[in-house]
Amino acid sequence: MAKFKILPSPPAAVRPQPKRPDDPTVDDGFVDKAKDAGISAADWVDERTSLSGTVRWVMFRPIPKGTNWFYTLGTATMVAFINQVITGMVLAMYYEPSASRAYESMKYINNEVFLGEFVHGMHRWGSTVMVLLVFLHMARTFFFGAYKYPRELNWVIGVALLVLTLAMSVTGYLLPFDQRAYWASVVAMNIAGNAPFLGPFTPPAALGGPDVTAVTLSRFYIIHMMLIPGLIIGLISAHLYLVIKLGTTAPPWIRADKVSGDLKEHDA
Amino acid sequence: MNQREKEEYLREYAILKAQGKPFFPYIIVKDGVMMIVVIGTIMLMSLTLGGELTAKADATTTTYAPRPEWYYFWAFELLKVIKPPELVGLATVGIPTIAMILLFLLPFYDRNPERHPLRRPLATTAGIFVISAMALLSYLGAEAGAPSQVNIDPPASIAAASHEDQVRWEAGRRLTAQSGCGGCHKIGPNGNDGPGPPLTEIGDRLKEGAIRETMINPTLPMPSFRELGPEALDEMAFFLSTLKSSGAAEGGH
Ligand code: HEC
Ligand code: HEM
Repeated sequence: MAKFKILPSPPAAVRPQPKRPDDPTVDDGFVDKAKDAGISAADWVDERTSLSGTVRWVMFRPIPKGTNWFYTLGTATMVAFINQVITGMVLAMYYEPSASRAYESMKYINNEVFLGEFVHGMHRWGSTVMVLLVFLHMARTFFFGAYKYPRELNWVIGVALLVLTLAMSVTGYLLPFDQRAYWASVVAMNIAGNAPFLGPFTPPAALGGPDVTAVTLSRFYIIHMMLIPGLIIGLISAHLYLVIKLGTTAPPWIRADKVSGDLKEHDA
Repeated sequence: MNQREKEEYLREYAILKAQGKPFFPYIIVKDGVMMIVVIGTIMLMSLTLGGELTAKADATTTTYAPRPEWYYFWAFELLKVIKPPELVGLATVGIPTIAMILLFLLPFYDRNPERHPLRRPLATTAGIFVISAMALLSYLGAEAGAPSQVNIDPPASIAAASHEDQVRWEAGRRLTAQSGCGGCHKIGPNGNDGPGPPLTEIGDRLKEGAIRETMINPTLPMPSFRELGPEALDEMAFFLSTLKSSGAAEGGH
């Protein structure tokens, strides 16, 4: 079996059908010209980047039979994260991470900014949805045995994503600097400070002092909007690279039909 | 998995892939529908639940009973189950750390080549157990409600005391209720039974001065209530010191 066919080809349904010159539908009209312009622009980019190979690799990769709705939970988590990034950027345009202004700026977003409370609410509840989806996605991969060979590394990356997602919710909770935010953070830090060994060092390191103050707020803000999101974006990229490289599992109860002789790639 | 099992899996997987469909345009449809569902749900939650704020943060009035996000309720409940103070540190940080390490290393100690949940009874049972335990603890945490009331009638000694003492006692009761002590202590019929010890009969164990001192210099994880100021601390300590096994702490009010 020669292995020269490296990239999957588009399925027949979407494969472009070049027209013959004697085809009566060829009219060289505006639509055809626009199409040609589009193709040559794509060619221009491809000639300089070879991106079409990547696009084929991502879009036309074969997905095993039996793939069901449970396999959309990873994408769902990613969408929830993208929602957090976009609504978070809008909030950051108005938010001021200082102890004296944080609460007022959140009030301003809620009451004055056009659709402000809607965006704030989407960020607030999007975080709940994302945490929920991460857990559901993890449960799916657990019960499907999808963490086993050869996908062990992707599970490890996944757990790191879980930890970072929870860290996002903890650091984000303080930012409105209202009573709920303040006292929840005080208690959380007291609990962390009670840990063996590293415990006594945690609050000073995390809070910038023994108490929750303005320093804590700006620290949590930077961690919440730069450090952790950066790490999450990097890890999601690695996670998705491995998903595509290794392929997604089939549900464990699906068995392959018996095939005779050599097998071919999908060719519908 | 040994080499033979690995090769067997890869061979079976190659056939399953060959019998499957390309991601575009067949599988991507499902993902697209899911994306719309997720964004729709978030928008709907935002519209119905909003982004409301509580009052501005204030380190001097502790009138807020701290409550975590609902998906941390289970961890908070776990904290209450573990009573001995020398174990609290271990429980709050030790258990999550161990759980995370176990989660990270899962593919390395679970060497069973089987993937079907029914042919991995140990893993499946453990998974269902953890999920059920978290669900039960979350439910208990949600049931407990935000404890910001203390419903105790004055003990006989106070009922017979001067008017001034009665006023002081009442002020102490109100302050104790408002200060969120119930988040961690059971006081009479109110409050959570843990992580702190019940205060229903604290007067048996500690004198007024010692209670006051505990509020100023507590043992972690209890926060310091120094900021409440000497007057409030006096009143609360006075109130708490009257809570004794002989009589007082019955429900009422
Ligand atoms: C974050 C949880 C938390 C909050 C809130 C809290 N406590 Fe505590 N408290 C504890 C814990 C835990 C202990 C046990 C500490 C130890 O190991 O000695 C404790 C111990 C005490 C003790 C000593 C009990 C004994 O039997 O020795 C007193 C008195 C007390 N708390 C009073 C209060 C009062 C009054 C308030 C409200 C103003 C309050 N606590 C709020 C967690 C809390
Ligand atoms: C930010 C969080 C995460 C995102 C955006 C994400 C995204 C994805 C996506 C899109 C897939 C493709 C298959 C599918 O959707 O089911 C996937 C697969 C996978 N994920 Fe995640 N994931 C996240 C967190 C996690 C976590 C917490 C774990 C486990 C601890 C995990 C473990 C895995 C594994 C093992 C696979 C391979 C599954 C298979 O091939 O069947 N991921 N992930």
